Amino acid sequence: MASTASKSPRLLTWFTTSMIIFWLMIAIGPFVWTVWGSFKVQGDFFSKADWRNAIYGFYTLSETGGSFTGNGYYGAWIQEEFWRNVLNTTIVVVCTVIISLTLGTLGGYALARSGYRYAFWLLIAALVFRAMPHITLVSGYLLPFFEWNIWGRLSTTIVVLVAINQPFTLWMLHSFFLNIPKDMDESAMVDGCTRFQAFWHVIIPVMWPGVITTGLFSFLLAYNDFAITSMLLSSENQTMVPKIASFLTQIREQGNVMFAVSAVVSAMVPLFFLVLFFQRQIVSGLTAGAVKG
Amino acid sequence: MPHGTFARFIWPSFLAMILFIALPIVSVAMQSFFVEHEQVMREVENCGPFTCTTVLQVDVEATEALKADAPLGRYNGLGTYTNRGHLAFDEVSEIWAASESFGGFIAGVYNLPFYKALFFTLAYTFVVTPLVIVLGLLIALGVNRLPKVTKGPTIFASLLPMIVTPLIGGLILFWMVDADGIIGATLQIIFDDPDLSLKASAPLTWIMLMVYGVWHSTPFAFVVFYAGLQTVPTDTLEAAKIDGASRFQQVRYVIVPYMMPLLVFITLMQLMDNFRVLEPIVSFSAEAKARSLSWIIYNDLSGQDKLFGSAAATSMLTIFGVAILLTPVLIKTWRDFNRRAV
Repeated sequence: MASTASKSPRLLTWFTTSMIIFWLMIAIGPFVWTVWGSFKVQGDFFSKADWRNAIYGFYTLSETGGSFTGNGYYGAWIQEEFWRNVLNTTIVVVCTVIISLTLGTLGGYALARSGYRYAFWLLIAALVFRAMPHITLVSGYLLPFFEWNIWGRLSTTIVVLVAINQPFTLWMLHSFFLNIPKDMDESAMVDGCTRFQAFWHVIIPVMWPGVITTGLFSFLLAYNDFAITSMLLSSENQTMVPKIASFLTQIREQGNVMFAVSAVVSAMVPLFFLVLFFQRQIVSGLTAGAVKG
Repeated sequence: MPHGTFARFIWPSFLAMILFIALPIVSVAMQSFFVEHEQVMREVENCGPFTCTTVLQVDVEATEALKADAPLGRYNGLGTYTNRGHLAFDEVSEIWAASESFGGFIAGVYNLPFYKALFFTLAYTFVVTPLVIVLGLLIALGVNRLPKVTKGPTIFASLLPMIVTPLIGGLILFWMVDADGIIGATLQIIFDDPDLSLKASAPLTWIMLMVYGVWHSTPFAFVVFYAGLQTVPTDTLEAAKIDGASRFQQVRYVIVPYMMPLLVFITLMQLMDNFRVLEPIVSFSAEAKARSLSWIIYNDLSGQDKLFGSAAATSMLTIFGVAILLTPVLIKTWRDFNRRAV
């Protein structure tokens, strides 16, 4: 209802609109610029002389004969075998999400339904664990993992990522479970279900939105991780992010920046679609912890 | 829920956290008391065509055997904590004795690697966090006033800087501010200085990293505040308006107090995340001008000779820092909990 009181002066509207437009340019501009530039040659991507070259592809045209080139992508995916890293990332991320959701739903359900004091303290402990910088944990893993000879494997990294994901997953799922009325599982148990049957047949079917949202965040954590994957994976098992980091050292030696640019754009694409399709879930997930917890 | 059932549901998750979060902290604490073995030296006689000389050489085999025997290294007590690379007690007291003014003392301490990193980490944390909160609130207020059709796409675009991998986001900005990149070259033209490079000066590097931090984290604050704005009671706002509150007063005295819990939540998350800043330094290759605590640990561990002892000592000090950051929150939680229990 628009009452006279909520009508806004024109100056304020003008100010906020321009602020939002400015923010949008900052937020999305760098991505657009880099995606566009990834189809050019280096001389255009870093076009010091005239920035319009980056848009029209002056050097791209003279070097390759077209305004767009896929050379960077060819170099990254085929020559540098970036597809291997993409495959590794897929394995790591899928396994991490599935395992952490399994553990997290069980634990989060228990925490939401316990009602005892220790459940509260477990959540606080999880919060403290959530605050640990990942790299400090890595310095704890490295030596034992070398000794036991399990360093460098995808499976080790998956287990570590699952564990590091747990505090966050527990918090989020716990707050989603709190939203589901207790009567549901209690009445199922009155009808003769065990606790686990009530959990599995009654609660989980209505929990899907929460599970999907939490899954998205586990995905992001595993996909975006740098500290753990770069330290715990051997070079043949590297996922995308550490591979891109190692491109950086290569660039200094060989100067093929466009390989790294194409790899960066390739790694961005799944995230772009993730936001496109799951925007609502991401927003609800970010606020779930805040509003209820 | 009975204790037994609770235990049966929670144990996998609990075990994972104990094994891979709690025990590693113990392992870090252990490692921090040890340092790498010294290399075993051996005298070798080197005979040239005319003379024989004895030189000291590293006995690789014996060193390897020693390493395999005691992988932790040799016991060093608190030696690693107090050495030059960490708390540097000797150096600090020397500087204290030598410097005449307090400013000189600070400048001297700032040159020690650990304090330098600590200083950057704290500066980054306490500059980025408030900026993120203020900008997030402003954008949320702005987006809230937009017509409905444009809200969805705006939120979509705003989410991208936060969702994208930190290393990748850092690289994208880094390539743009490069001396040959669009922003870097434009700045050179604006300031009419063809040698201007953001990478070459320490203050500019710091600003660049902090701008990245704000760019990356503002969407988080924005989304949380935006969701909070949807739940602000309209009655209270209307009442404030009728009483003649200006727009600024409405925000200051109605909206902000109402969103205080959200503000605390964002602050807490931001403090945790900004304190561990690592990726932007890697992607901006800024280590010459700015190092964070996480970065020194990363550097100790990624070299050819892994300095476990040094990395572990820095890690323990970092964990100590996190504990200090979290203390106010924990105390508040403890009080709230006791109040509720009473």
